[in-house]
Amino acid sequence: MQISFTLNGRPTTVEVEPATLVAELLREQLNLTGTHIGCDTSQCGACVVHLNGLPVKSCTLLVPALDGATLLTIEGLQGAPGSNRMHPMQEAFREHHGLQCGFCTPGMLMTAIALATEKPGLTEADVRHGLEGNICRCTGYQNIVISVMAGAAAMNAAKGE
Amino acid sequence: MGNVIGIGAAPKRKEDQRFLTGRGNYVSDIKRPGMTAGVFVRSPHGHAVIRGIDESAALAAPGVIAVLTGDDVKADGLGSLPCGWGISDAKGVPMKEPPFPMLAQGKVRFVGDMVAFVIAETPEQANAGAELLKIDYEVLPSVVGVLEAVRPGAPQLFDDVPNNICCDWELGDKAAVESAFRKAAHVAKLSLVNNRLIGNPMEPRAAIAEYEPGTDRFTLWTTSQFPHVVRFLMGALVLNIPQHKLRVVAPDVGGGFGVKQFHYGEEAVITWAAKRVKRPVKWVASRSEGYVSDRHGRDHVTEAELALDETGKFLAFRVKTLANMGGYLSTFGPNIPTNLYGPLLGGVYTTPAIYCNVKVVFTNTVPVDAYRGAGRPEATFVLERIVDVAASEMGIDRVEIRRRNMIPKEAYPYQTPVLVQYDSGDPMGCLDGALAAADVKNFGVRKAASASKGKFRGLGYSTYVEACGLAPSRFAGRLGARGGLYESATVRVHPTGQVTVMIGTHNHGQGHETTFAQIVSDKLGVPFENVDIVFGDTDRVQFGMGTYGSRSLVVGGAALSKATDKVIAKGKKIASHLLEAAEVDIQFESGKFSVAGTDRSKTFEEIAGAAYVPHNYPLEVLEPGLEEQAYYDPVNFTYPGGCHIAEVEVDPETGTVTLINYTAVDDVGTVINPMIVEGQLHGGIVQGVGQALFENAVYDEGSGQLLSGSLMDYCMPRADHLPMMKVATHSTLCTHTPMGVKGCGEVGTIGSPAAVINAVVDALSHLGVTHVDMPATPNRIWRLLQNASLPVAAE
Repeated sequence: MQISFTLNGRPTTVEVEPATLVAELLREQLNLTGTHIGCDTSQCGACVVHLNGLPVKSCTLLVPALDGATLLTIEGLQGAPGSNRMHPMQEAFREHHGLQCGFCTPGMLMTAIALATEKPGLTEADVRHGLEGNICRCTGYQNIVISVMAGAAAMNAAKGE
Repeated sequence: MGNVIGIGAAPKRKEDQRFLTGRGNYVSDIKRPGMTAGVFVRSPHGHAVIRGIDESAALAAPGVIAVLTGDDVKADGLGSLPCGWGISDAKGVPMKEPPFPMLAQGKVRFVGDMVAFVIAETPEQANAGAELLKIDYEVLPSVVGVLEAVRPGAPQLFDDVPNNICCDWELGDKAAVESAFRKAAHVAKLSLVNNRLIGNPMEPRAAIAEYEPGTDRFTLWTTSQFPHVVRFLMGALVLNIPQHKLRVVAPDVGGGFGVKQFHYGEEAVITWAAKRVKRPVKWVASRSEGYVSDRHGRDHVTEAELALDETGKFLAFRVKTLANMGGYLSTFGPNIPTNLYGPLLGGVYTTPAIYCNVKVVFTNTVPVDAYRGAGRPEATFVLERIVDVAASEMGIDRVEIRRRNMIPKEAYPYQTPVLVQYDSGDPMGCLDGALAAADVKNFGVRKAASASKGKFRGLGYSTYVEACGLAPSRFAGRLGARGGLYESATVRVHPTGQVTVMIGTHNHGQGHETTFAQIVSDKLGVPFENVDIVFGDTDRVQFGMGTYGSRSLVVGGAALSKATDKVIAKGKKIASHLLEAAEVDIQFESGKFSVAGTDRSKTFEEIAGAAYVPHNYPLEVLEPGLEEQAYYDPVNFTYPGGCHIAEVEVDPETGTVTLINYTAVDDVGTVINPMIVEGQLHGGIVQGVGQALFENAVYDEGSGQLLSGSLMDYCMPRADHLPMMKVATHSTLCTHTPMGVKGCGEVGTIGSPAAVINAVVDALSHLGVTHVDMPATPNRIWRLLQNASLPVAAE
């Protein structure tokens, strides 16, 4: 089937089998391999992308759900226009050592950005609860939580400017 | 022009940019022209005879290119998967070492054992073809637990391994221990289980192999912690591919924790298959497939006894363990519960006599091998638990009994009765630091506050030491290692003074690209941004043993340090020529070669440039170029250690254990990058907390089915399970590594399980609870509380 959607800000049309998962479409057909697949039970969250602004696990979403939608993947994150910096959440993860092997990182970032967008003034408990669907085996989560809080604060500050 | 960023600084990581922007290069991201997809058909039975395989329907399915089975392996005369360690019993009788075929031959021995490989145009077609493969099994009874496996009448995995015992290993002076027990004022006893774990790095295993007929060369991309070792084991011992015709690449790898430090049959099958089908073959494991094929960890059943005098001094320690090996011997398998376990039973204490007996046992489960800590967490758990039991039985404070037995700082180097000699340490300093950081003196107030809410609060200690930096080859060779355990590094200085390092360790989250660049920046005085670290490719890196056993900085970093020393020495020769001074008069400091006592000097960049433009060079005594290589083989293990303190709250209504506070003060020697060290400690601690509170690999005894076979059944630590941890270092310097480093990758996982369980037992001690087996799940604690006067046994 033919599906048209907006991918990372660009109008995109693909010819794809309807039984294809969004994560597979991104990785195999569109060569956007930043979205990772870490499990087969929708538990790990390495595949989180934003569908119409909301975080979804792309390993459990069939491609027809994309028709007419807006999809944002890790490759589409951007810093402030004109700056050569990354998105404030990406910068915060680097600043606070919120990643080690990097495999869960794209999903963590996409979830974190959604959390920060949804609720300004996140508490540590909000962040820990909000990351419950994203598993990291390397960091013990401590620096991820610190990164998300710092990234959320930076996103809010940028919004206020 | 960038800055020198040296040892002790905390620059942001070089590797982060690609991971943060989704531009990492993991094996599953790689595509090759003409690539096919492979699927492994795995045994659904724990134990069965394969009566026959009918491939016809599978071969006729759309897109299926080939089906390979154990018969094809046999017909091609391929080798068995090798074990890297050969241990022996007390009489010197070698362990039983049955063959481990890459595809099962005649019999399967665990759920997940590989029976066939189906290759098709797409993964969907390969899966559909695999469904059509008809395998006729005669199912046999399975045995999955070690206690059951050694009982008379138990199912036997191999005809020539009686009672399923691979090796009856021992260490220590049995007679001295028995004599000490006869004189003891008190003997503490403890039976415990060290629960079976599944490593679960977030990236599932994957591999792609390609064969180029024009050059007769193979390339294997694999999720490995040690590509050179895979090249050797697979090429030389399994597939008979000459080393120079085989390239193994381990690009970005999404976590390892030991799971990826073995040579797996999948790697060999795929590489062999690529030549047979004359096209690249790719396989990516699903998470569920990982559960039944990634090597598991731990799985001990232990009885321990500690003899003490009337003052609480430890006189002797005796440990008997049954260790599960699973269905076959994996790469390091038999080494883990023996050589990496027994020698650690001395801990940080002066116990003069220790005896350890380990029966290494085959069962119908996934092969068991190293998982973060590997042997040392098991030893630490036994020792730190029984110290608490002894303290409680003798009415001595748990901190006080530790102090009475601790090796004082001034007693180092300290020879233990179980082979190892600790070079340096200060366990008392770590203990004092942790007591202060954890605010132990106000624990009573916090406990009362919990009690007022109907909760039980407990505090647990673990004062531990481990042996890492694997390893001195001479020592390892005596213990049964079939290879060396050195490391190598090449420092290539380009004509412009920028530096590329080729190193044999593998970075899969540890931050080597940053830490190693700091070492080079520090030693050569070159800007941090001008140093790149290359690893994970046998065509680019000379050789290496890889990353495991907290060895990368300790052994690899030492090789790198040695290679930079050689670069400086060569630079001095060049400077001596250019500055027309005697070589002995050339000094190197802060990136400058100068003539002592003069203002004549050359920068590092000038020397690098001259090295590659040898006009007027004294070629008879000086070669052009500036590139040096070093191999480093350590003279001893390193011995990081420390004190961990866990504080938990137990809800008696639900049995839920909540980790409230966690404090760690660790001695990891010289810290190169404190940010990275802290991250390693955090991650390590949480993996140990996972073992203590959540994780358990459970098999069904009769059928051999893995009951905890997905992330929905095997509980991994999540962000909302954990408090903010306090971690700090209290370092003494290693006396034999070039920079005084000790390693930090595994300390967290080694120290933490005992601290957490000691805290849980402390919280419940008023109910007569003396031990809780891991994981301390709500179910287990709730049952315990219903019958509070009985110790809880493993389920």
